[in-house]
Amino acid sequence: MRKVLLESLDSLFAAIAAKNTLYIPVDTNGGAKFEKWQEGKKLSNALHTTKSPKDFFFPQSECLMKFKTEGKNIEIIDTRSESEDFAIFGVRACDARAFKVLDNVFLKEPVDTYYQNRREHGIIISLACDRPAETCFCGTFDIDAANPDGDIVCYKTESALYLDAKTEKGQGLLAAVEAATEPAEASEIDAAKQQITERLNRLPLADLKSDAFGAGKTDTYFNAPEWKELSEACLGCGTCTFVCPTCQCYDIKDFNTGHGVIRHRCWDSCMYSEFTKMSAGQPRLTQLERFRQRFMHKLVYYPENNDGLFSCVGCGRCVSKCPIGMNIVKVMKKLGGSVND
Amino acid sequence: MTDIKEPLMPAIGVVTDIRIDTPDVKTFRVVTPDGKKPFEHIPGQCAMLSVPGVGEGMFSITSSPTNEEFMEFSIKKCGCVTEWLHSMEVGQQITIRGPYGNGFPVDTVFAGKDLLFIAGGIGLAPLRSVINYCRHYRDRYGKIDIVYGSRSKADLVDYNEIITEWIGDTNIDVHLTIDREQPEWDGHVGFVPNYVKELGFDTNKVAVLCGPPIMIKFTLAGLIELGFEKTQIYTTLEMRMKCGIGKCGRCNVGSKYVCKDGPVFSFDKLDELPDEY
Repeated sequence: MRKVLLESLDSLFAAIAAKNTLYIPVDTNGGAKFEKWQEGKKLSNALHTTKSPKDFFFPQSECLMKFKTEGKNIEIIDTRSESEDFAIFGVRACDARAFKVLDNVFLKEPVDTYYQNRREHGIIISLACDRPAETCFCGTFDIDAANPDGDIVCYKTESALYLDAKTEKGQGLLAAVEAATEPAEASEIDAAKQQITERLNRLPLADLKSDAFGAGKTDTYFNAPEWKELSEACLGCGTCTFVCPTCQCYDIKDFNTGHGVIRHRCWDSCMYSEFTKMSAGQPRLTQLERFRQRFMHKLVYYPENNDGLFSCVGCGRCVSKCPIGMNIVKVMKKLGGSVND
Repeated sequence: MTDIKEPLMPAIGVVTDIRIDTPDVKTFRVVTPDGKKPFEHIPGQCAMLSVPGVGEGMFSITSSPTNEEFMEFSIKKCGCVTEWLHSMEVGQQITIRGPYGNGFPVDTVFAGKDLLFIAGGIGLAPLRSVINYCRHYRDRYGKIDIVYGSRSKADLVDYNEIITEWIGDTNIDVHLTIDREQPEWDGHVGFVPNYVKELGFDTNKVAVLCGPPIMIKFTLAGLIELGFEKTQIYTTLEMRMKCGIGKCGRCNVGSKYVCKDGPVFSFDKLDELPDEY
């Protein structure tokens, strides 16, 4: 384990940035946002970035390929290029777990090489949550915000930032920036970890359980009468899916620039009516079916296909962003996820 | 796969023949630029065809895998991409990737069995692949019955192939029907589900259904009435798809993705899924 005094954080960032492009959460008018670090950029104290870091591996929009057409002929232009190494600092436990959720989709055969390329070049430096928010419920999905996943896991105390390399990638980076850090004992963060655990246990959603959900529960919930009331006010705006660190549905669209065609992939949302609409019909006719799909996927379908892993990580972004105040917590409570009173 | 390195990356396909099947269905023959079949497939599998700048769509491969020269797609004009495809001339290049989906269990469940194929309208497209596969390996299967219906005689897809090659082939009975009487038709008139019940098949066979949802619904009920078990009846589903590899997230029925876990399902397996297709 290594540490760096908080007043010397910039020299650590500079050392990392000298080796890899570094992204850190900084404050902007639109809330915290991951930006490329350069001299003068200050680490945000916000718990979460507004948008999750899934963008790094699964960008909101990306070019898949280009086409040139001439007469009856088509030329396919492969626009892929090898990604460069980059490091993301300040990834929270929920978002770090979300990468695993995305990996299960994109790295499963047949592998999505666009995602894989970026994923292999990204180094995750996670940051334990010293101040979890009241919208947090990562514990519901067995995520421990005091012990996040990541190549390097960091802990912030009053005076210092502690860095613990967890993977070979992490060890490599930490060794490379050794000069910017000093040695530390694992016991120095015991108190900080303890405090995080205590804070997590006091959160209003600490008792929210996921036991009632998971693989094999389709019949239990699919035709539940509660969906009607739950979905009634849903605007179908898709905000929940766009801020969600695990939502991975995408659309592929062609755009004719006048000089050729760009085929791009962009985030899509199961909350939109167009999502499943075919010339042959529409299997999800109303917002009820679309709303149900999103939550059934996170709580039942995904676990069924992924050894019980839920595709919600309890980050709470949808809880704070939904314009009508509907969210997965309300869905779980209403459908039977028990809150121990 | 067209490109094992990237499943979303298509290959070029050249349209070498266009057959007008019905007023709104054309059959396109596709090869690679060097004149070969684009890739191998199993009957019932699909391919993503696209016209750059217009869009990409999933179509069932209607030619049999035993055809070693080319691939064929019977496509009904019903949207932007299909409209563009219908406006193509021979020699046009498109993009193609695949194959996608599970296909029919032709070498396992179907092997050695009597087979009953029931199609309505464009529903013949995916069944033509498996029918011609079974005709090619004729001694691997028992008796084959084909019930095929359409709105009118002009709407019967592959009519020429049916009357010149299927009718009269060894141990195959073809039962054609059209919805309404018309002067040049002396065959059966009536809807497919009723015709199936009239024909009254024995239940010692595997049935495969493909057609409009309403036809599927009533034909399935008819077969159950005749004594068929749901495990003996197969169908192929249609859903909106973008990736074809179970990642874009839109073709799922419950936890199953139609593009990779389907499109072929037996009805007992469909019963395990939520009713959302």
